This record gives sequence, C-alpha cells and structure tokens, in this order.
Amino acid sequence: MTQQNLSEKDLKDLQIKSQEVRRNVLKMIHNAASGHPGGALSCTDILVNLYFKSMNHYSDWDKDSQWQNRDRFVLSKGHASAALYAVLAECGYFDKKELLTFRKFGSKLQGHPSFGLLPGVEVSTGSLGQGLSISCGISLGLKLDKKQSRVYVLLGDGETQEGSVWEAAMNAAHHQLNNLIAFVDRNNLQIDGCTENIKSLNSVKEKWQSFGWNVIEIDGHNHQEIFDATQKSIALSNNNQKPSAIIANTIKGKGVSYMENNHNWHGKALNDNELKIALEELKG
Amino acid sequence: MLSNKQIAKSPRATYGQILVELGKENPNIVVIDADLSCSTQTKQFADVFPERFFNVGVAEQDAICTAAGLSTCGKIAFVSTFAMFATGRAWDQVRNTVCYPKFNVKIVATHGGVTVGEDGASHQALEDVSLMRSIPNMMVFVPSDCTELKAILKFSAEYHGPVYIRVPRSSMPEIFDENNYKFENKAKIISEGTDITLISNGETLIEAIKAKEMLSEKNISAEVINCPVIKPLDNKTIIQSAKKTKKVVTIENHSIIGGLGSAISECLSENYPVLLKRIGTNDVFGQSGEASELMVKYGLTAITIFEKSIELMGNNS
Repeated sequence: MTQQNLSEKDLKDLQIKSQEVRRNVLKMIHNAASGHPGGALSCTDILVNLYFKSMNHYSDWDKDSQWQNRDRFVLSKGHASAALYAVLAECGYFDKKELLTFRKFGSKLQGHPSFGLLPGVEVSTGSLGQGLSISCGISLGLKLDKKQSRVYVLLGDGETQEGSVWEAAMNAAHHQLNNLIAFVDRNNLQIDGCTENIKSLNSVKEKWQSFGWNVIEIDGHNHQEIFDATQKSIALSNNNQKPSAIIANTIKGKGVSYMENNHNWHGKALNDNELKIALEELKG
Repeated sequence: MLSNKQIAKSPRATYGQILVELGKENPNIVVIDADLSCSTQTKQFADVFPERFFNVGVAEQDAICTAAGLSTCGKIAFVSTFAMFATGRAWDQVRNTVCYPKFNVKIVATHGGVTVGEDGASHQALEDVSLMRSIPNMMVFVPSDCTELKAILKFSAEYHGPVYIRVPRSSMPEIFDENNYKFENKAKIISEGTDITLISNGETLIEAIKAKEMLSEKNISAEVINCPVIKPLDNKTIIQSAKKTKKVVTIENHSIIGGLGSAISECLSENYPVLLKRIGTNDVFGQSGEASELMVKYGLTAITIFEKSIELMGNNS
C-alpha cells in the first residue's frame, strides 16, 4: 500500500472530530459523576483516526450487507469506554443523546463495554489483559473464514503489566496473525502513578519486537502519524506475516491543561467548574 | 436404561472421538488446547482437522479468551485443559470474557477430582464445579459415564452459550446402556427407593449404586438419582424424591463446599428441608496416590455412603 498524505482538510476534520469526542467524553463522565477521563482522552485521537480513516466498518450495522466483512475493534483497556462510545455515536451507530446515559442504571453504555447492548461493541472488556487474546481468537476465526477483515485492538500501557497480554503476544506471532494490529496507548501513567515507578515497562518497543511483532512508534496525537503507521502496519504484515504493534506515545488527559500528565485523573469525575474550564479549552 | 456390561471406558478417549465426529458434522467446530492435547485427547481432533485446532501453549488464560474470540466469528469453540487450570487460573477470563457476553464456548476440562491420582493436590481440581456454578449464564455438567458424556457433548454443540463439562482422568465403568439412553438435561432416578435418597454424578455414581445394594441388605430402600446437570439444577426431581424419602445423601468427587452437595442443599433447604448429608472431600486438599486408594481415603466409596446413610436413618428414628 502506498503512503498517502492526508489533506489539510482531512487533518482539520479529524482534529475537529477529536475535539468533539473529547468534549463528549468529559460531559459523559461529568454527568455520570464517575468514569475514567485520563485514559479516554489519551486514546481519543487513535480511535477517531481508526474509525474515520482506516477501519472498514458499518454504522448501519443491522442493514448493511457488508457488515459480516467489517474490521473488528476491541477496546482492551475497557475503562476508556467513554471514548469508544463517543466515537461510535460520532460515527452514527446510535443517537448522541444516549451518551448522557453513560454509567446510569439501565443504560446500554455500561461502565465498561458490554457485548450485546450497543451496536459496535464486539466483546465485553474491562478486566484488563484479555482483549489481545480475544483479538487473536477473532483473527483466527476471520482467517478460517478467509475474510480480509482486520482486527484492531487498543491496550493501555499499564495494562501490559498483566502477564496474559504476553501469552497473547506470543500466540499472535506464532500463528502469524498478520490481520491483527495492536495499539499500545503509551501515556506513561497508571492509577497509582508513573508506569516506570510502579512496575517499569522500560523498552516497550523492544519487548514487542522480541515477541515477533512489527513495531512502529508514533506520536499518538498526530493524525498523519496514526494514519501512516496503520497503513504501514498493514503493508508490513501483508509482507512478513507478522502481527503489528503501534506504540502510540500519548499524554494522559490530553487536551485539558489540568488533567494532562496527571495520574490523579485516571478515574475521577469532573465537577461543574472543572467541566466548564475543560470545555472552554477544547473549543478550538 | 442401565447397562449389564462390566466394562470401563476412558472418558478422555471418548471426548476425542466425539470431537472428531462433531467436527465432521459441523465445519464450525473449532478446538483450543493449552499444551495438553495428548492428555485431554483433543489431539484426535487435531490430527483430523489441523486447520481447526489451535494449541496456544501453556497459557490457559489465553486459551479461554482465544476460544471466546473465535466464537464471535460463529465458531463453536471447545476449549480443553485440566480442570484445575481452566477453572482456577482462567476464572476471570471464563467469567468476564465467556459468560458475561454469553459466548458460544464449551469448556471441557479433564482431570477433575482426587482420581487424578499420582500428580497430587496441585492437579486435583476439587473446587471446579463450585467455581463454574457461581457464574451467571454457565451450564455445568458432570457426566457419570462415557455414554452420558457423549450425549452431553452433543447437546453442548447444539446449545448456544457457555458450558462447563468435567471429564475425569481415569476410566469409568459403563453405567448406561448406549442403545437405550436418552439425555434429557435433568436429574434422573436410576433406581427407585422409599427410605433414603442418594444423589450423585460422575465417578461416584457407581458407588451410590453399590451402596444401595449394601443398604438393601439392611432392609433400607434407597433411591438413587443421577444428577449430571448441576446447573441448571433439576429441582423438581430432587424435591419429589425428598418428599418421598425425607432423607438425602449427596456424593461427589469434589469438595463438599460449592458443588453438587451444596446445590442440592440450597434447593432442598429453600423448598423442602429434610435431613441431609454431603459426602465429598471435606474442605481439604488431596494428595498423591492411586485413584482407588484416594477414593477410599477421602470417603468417596460405597462403604462411606452406606455408613452415612445408616447414620441418617438412625437420626430419624
């Protein structure tokens, strides 16, 4: 696949969508009085980029004949659910009005993604360390059925402290799952603090490489880089049969000054005033 | 319904054979194992359908989630390893990734109970039924012989949703006549009686049958119920029998905490309380030894059932 420069307009549109998703994420968490803003904001650009640029997916899921051939997305870091829901709504999977039911009694927008309630949610996640294994299973199933679809999975960097992630990483390389692309949201923070102080991840890139993956490291907030890395991963995987990992260097709480790089915003809701300031900052 | 033949069959070999049969009938059957395919006998399937068999290595958590992922593509995923690891190490995966979304995954776990034998306590799952029974959406089966195992495997392949099937390591005597057995997904009275009810499943059912004979020599008429479906429990059959005999003994190759005995106790104490004794491992770990000597050591044989039954009869008089 040839590299394609996104046009100025494409980039602008993606940035506008990212800001809109960020605003919705914060409104949802504020309204729910609970949730995980930091990690949702760090992965927003990746999700927006995938859903609006690289993934083949169909928001008109119950009618589209191509639905069976869709690419799959698995949010392994399920606590970033607000970002996924906001992106799905942005794509038209369901009415944006529903976003404010997030985390409320009877809502389809459960605290962590729950399969079967909401179109676009492929599996249930939330208990960390399971999404990559599930994605391997989906990837094997798609290959058995000779489908061209791809599986995209997003992991948190802290999440990769779960040993089960590496069981799956080994499995994906062994089974040559070249239809699998894993994003690692490398925001360097987890609930208790800096990843390197809690349990060092050190050389994230080398770890994935040594497990037999193609690895590309990018700025996870740069839409051109996210797009390029995705396209390059597809090309690489097609050629060498390896799964691909994209290490996306991100900022936890991206876009909101008082949240950026502050682990205290991992799982905390905004009060009225904090929301007001945040929405003001995310206007542009 | 009962067989006259005095033969024992390997349930694991039966499992492998049935997988191959199911695989021939349905191209959507896939099998996942975690480096124990020779022990669990999924190798039989792997040899015939290598493209539909996935060995994930020594990684049970990965095995369960991989099965879940495959099931989202319309596959009927049978995943096997030892009961200890499928239900112990991978419990979170079974709960959150298989049962919560109600995915079509069949966990067929071998090496349940003390009859694992020489490998000792680390490999003897005595809590697996308890662990699986507590998860919503999960069906739990403990077949009592190879004929029943076959029927439950076939039922599971048809049923859409999570299933746990416990398969013992050692050979099981043939209890049911293969040509005259019908699986009805419930408990079944296999021998009627009026004084006391013996409820069992798996490897201990044959011991309950033997205990009935011993009790009849003391003029005690025992009703024997086979309960291969622990969840959903067939309350009706159990309550009816309790109403008749007023005394119940449960026998299982599993801890008395959380398994068959607990399920029966819950059912009866809420619906029709009667005197009840649970026979199983008594909140202890197992140990190395021959399966048969461990059965004796942990009180899982006919003589214990006989003694506890006599005790219970005495309580009543």
